[in-house]
Amino acid sequence: MRYLPLDDADRAAMLATIGVETVDDLYRDVPAGAYLPRPLPDLPPHAGEMAVMRSLQRLADRSVPAGSRPFFCGAGCYRHHIPASVDYLIQRGEFLTSYTPYQPEVSQGTLQMLFEFQTQVALLTGMEVANASMYDGATAAAEAVLMAGRVTRRHRAVLAGNLHPHYRDTITTLAGFTGFNAVSADPRPDGREDLAGLIDGETAAVVVQTPDLFGNPHDLRALAEVAHQAGALLVAVVTEAVSLGLLTPPGAMGADIVVAEGQSIGNPMGFGGPHVGLFATQSRHVRQMPGRLCGETVDADGRRGFVLTLSTREQHIRREKATSNICTNSGLCALAFSIHLSLLGEAGLMRLARLNHARAAAAADRLAAVPGVAVVNDGFFNEFTLRLDRPAAAVVDRLADEGVIAGVPVSRLHPDRADLDHLLLVAVTETVEDEDIEALARGLAAAAA
Amino acid sequence: MNRTGRDTRPAGNTASDGETRPLVLETPLIFEQAGPATTGVDLPDPPPGPPRLGPVAERASIGLPGLSEPEAMRHYTRLSQQNFAIDSTIYPLGSCTMKHNPRLNEAVARLPGFADVHPLQPEATVQGALAAIDALAGWLKDLTGMPAVAMTPGAGAHGELAGMMAIRTALADRGETDRTHVLVPESAHGTNPATAAALGFEVDRIPADARGRVDLAAFKARLGPDVAAIMLTNPNTCGLFEGEIIEIAAALHEAGGFFYCDGANFNAIVGRVRPGDLGIDAMHINLHKTFSTPHGGGGPGAGPVVLSDALAPYAPLPKVVAAGDGRFALAERAEGAHAKSFGRLKAFHGQMGMFTRALAYILSHGADGLHQAAGDAVLNANYLMARLSAVMTPSFDGPCMHEALFDDRFLKGSGVHTLDLAKALIDEGFHPMTMYFPLVVPGALLIEPTESEPKRTLDAFADALIGLVARAAAGEADAFAAAPRKTPRRRLDETTAARRPVLRWTPPAPTQEAAE
Repeated sequence: MRYLPLDDADRAAMLATIGVETVDDLYRDVPAGAYLPRPLPDLPPHAGEMAVMRSLQRLADRSVPAGSRPFFCGAGCYRHHIPASVDYLIQRGEFLTSYTPYQPEVSQGTLQMLFEFQTQVALLTGMEVANASMYDGATAAAEAVLMAGRVTRRHRAVLAGNLHPHYRDTITTLAGFTGFNAVSADPRPDGREDLAGLIDGETAAVVVQTPDLFGNPHDLRALAEVAHQAGALLVAVVTEAVSLGLLTPPGAMGADIVVAEGQSIGNPMGFGGPHVGLFATQSRHVRQMPGRLCGETVDADGRRGFVLTLSTREQHIRREKATSNICTNSGLCALAFSIHLSLLGEAGLMRLARLNHARAAAAADRLAAVPGVAVVNDGFFNEFTLRLDRPAAAVVDRLADEGVIAGVPVSRLHPDRADLDHLLLVAVTETVEDEDIEALARGLAAAAA
Repeated sequence: MNRTGRDTRPAGNTASDGETRPLVLETPLIFEQAGPATTGVDLPDPPPGPPRLGPVAERASIGLPGLSEPEAMRHYTRLSQQNFAIDSTIYPLGSCTMKHNPRLNEAVARLPGFADVHPLQPEATVQGALAAIDALAGWLKDLTGMPAVAMTPGAGAHGELAGMMAIRTALADRGETDRTHVLVPESAHGTNPATAAALGFEVDRIPADARGRVDLAAFKARLGPDVAAIMLTNPNTCGLFEGEIIEIAAALHEAGGFFYCDGANFNAIVGRVRPGDLGIDAMHINLHKTFSTPHGGGGPGAGPVVLSDALAPYAPLPKVVAAGDGRFALAERAEGAHAKSFGRLKAFHGQMGMFTRALAYILSHGADGLHQAAGDAVLNANYLMARLSAVMTPSFDGPCMHEALFDDRFLKGSGVHTLDLAKALIDEGFHPMTMYFPLVVPGALLIEPTESEPKRTLDAFADALIGLVARAAAGEADAFAAAPRKTPRRRLDETTAARRPVLRWTPPAPTQEAAE
């Protein structure tokens, strides 16, 4: 077996050193009857590299890769070009096969990268500090609500109706188990929702997404003022990190916590994971933050170095009094994010964001010209909502058969809202070409005919 | 004054005591290298046109630096060279299972049918991805002897959360909401009490007996109508199999509680013991441990949780379900057979990129290879235990499982602490073992070599440790206190880092810059 370096001579010599006859003897504490001295029957035996690759290639071929079709899905996961150097660098063994930097003297590479990552996230979101990442944007949002509870000592959350329903559900799952009352507003595809009436003196967190599920960017300043007057924290959610290259960041509009899905910078869609949750806040709240933090310090020679810090918040020290049970971040995805963002730089990110916006604007205009199709949004970044003259899910299925992945029907995310089932979310990134937009326009026209 | 707010010496190759250290290629922070105008990505000019951003204004400058592609390659390559990794040395962190990460798994994860698919594409276009999840789920159920598995948790601790949420939901469904206590052995991972407490349970500690196992009498005495569950790691964090686990499960079930098993140490028994045969109700599996998905400097992980029939109805959504004719569908709504689901745990369907890597690893090993791998992991740990017991003090008698636990009695009187020994080991070219965990023994040193290490590496590691112990006994405490000396950085001041946190780079104040 190619992954196992011991041979039978080694094993015999080692057993002799230990003073037992067989490896089975080492399992003598296992209750009789529960120990399996032979491999499980009815399961396949080991296989060579060629055979494994062949069988998994066969499985993979049963999917339709986005890159093989005109492709318009978004709704919290976006297809962007990833520079080849990003994927090379994250596969360097010293990054790929190291662990949490518990021994900082031999982990400075990971630690300096995390320090740079935290700074990049803080700058991007317009906040003062960021942590070393979370599982994904949705879990980051749920942790933000719990954190707001610790800061305000209240247990009520107000969720915007245009929050991604998967984020809403992730929050309400965790909230339900932690004594939180989470109330959700109704979705408003035109983006004109008003949460002020739901915010009261018991509210810990107001959670609002921008651009929202339907693609509408939001000016958060008025909402932030209402939340702050009620003593609540404003939690801003961003599911498309590239939008932060063009839109005023939530940190500049009064948000107290900004959480984001960082997948769209440096990471493939990967059928939804692993992705990377970004979490940023103000310095005064740092000791209530969940997740790992990397900080600067000096070594015994007085040279700058980096360590994991403020771990007295964390489970391995605080156990049942920890701020969260989390004991991992999304390290390699954070690395990919950080490398891609370093390559882009401010100039590249802003250009990428403008390019996305321009592609989406061109697509919105073209699709609005299709009979039976209307664009719902006044404003958008790289994703907008179409209203079709029939249920969108059937149109999407039909177009998929014809070789166009047309977007995400809102009914997939709001299955209980029949009033939204004619709506289609369409994301247009820099990877979409003019002929892709034409193919979608033709397909929508044919479906409506 | 450097730009991040602390007084530091310039990086160089001369230590404070004048000793020359090995050459380390340093790289400044990206913020100290370049400005916002540099970019390493060529993009076309966006066509002109008025922005249509609705009510939101375009942002002002961000302050992000950029690197050209050659500069980026050099920066990250130099950073990587400052890390220890499994690829370069044994990394015997107890409880972490740092085993070889096959590159076949990386190639498989990048197949476009797995990597370049969107989670909300029409189901007909993601059949390969769904089939891969189903195939891995099948293996996990077979290997654990459990009837159900929830695939979505994003890491081990997330799996714990899922399992305990299922338990709380099941208890509520039975009307047993007065079961508010969770029993956690003293030796448990910190995530166990943190998880139970996060879900509103009271945490009661169960003592260990003199053999490093759960004190069965104390456990049984604590059982009662207020007990919701036990969270027990098996093999436990002392590296020992809980030999009375079947009796524990029976007594717990008799008393109406659920058995949560922390599967962090499943690597020791995979293919040789099915936890389902021991009476557990739920167990998370860290795919990055037992099934070799890369640790990546601290994630991403994946923590599928296997469930008993009693808990399966409460499993989180979404789930991959068979749809006939070899096709699969996603159950995303709490209705029908899934009506009792406790809900959603994260944005999409789980850590797909970790699933495909784990599946490639499992198919490579097969049933016989996994059986052999667990045996070799246990053999390697016992071999180190045998070689080191002459000079170090094992905490418990008898064979261990996949990791060997020592305490610091052998260092008594030497002036050398567990931490010093670990740091000295770094200068010998080895990553240290886990230190000061589990908490049940003083000055713990927990060594998990895994099955990936050849005998000659184990011998070299043991020889180095034996040599260090001799030096400790010979009174070289000062040398230990100064270790490590050959690393890119020497011991770092963690106290100052926590007392006055500097968590990001900040631009220099213009006036201060002018004065300098």
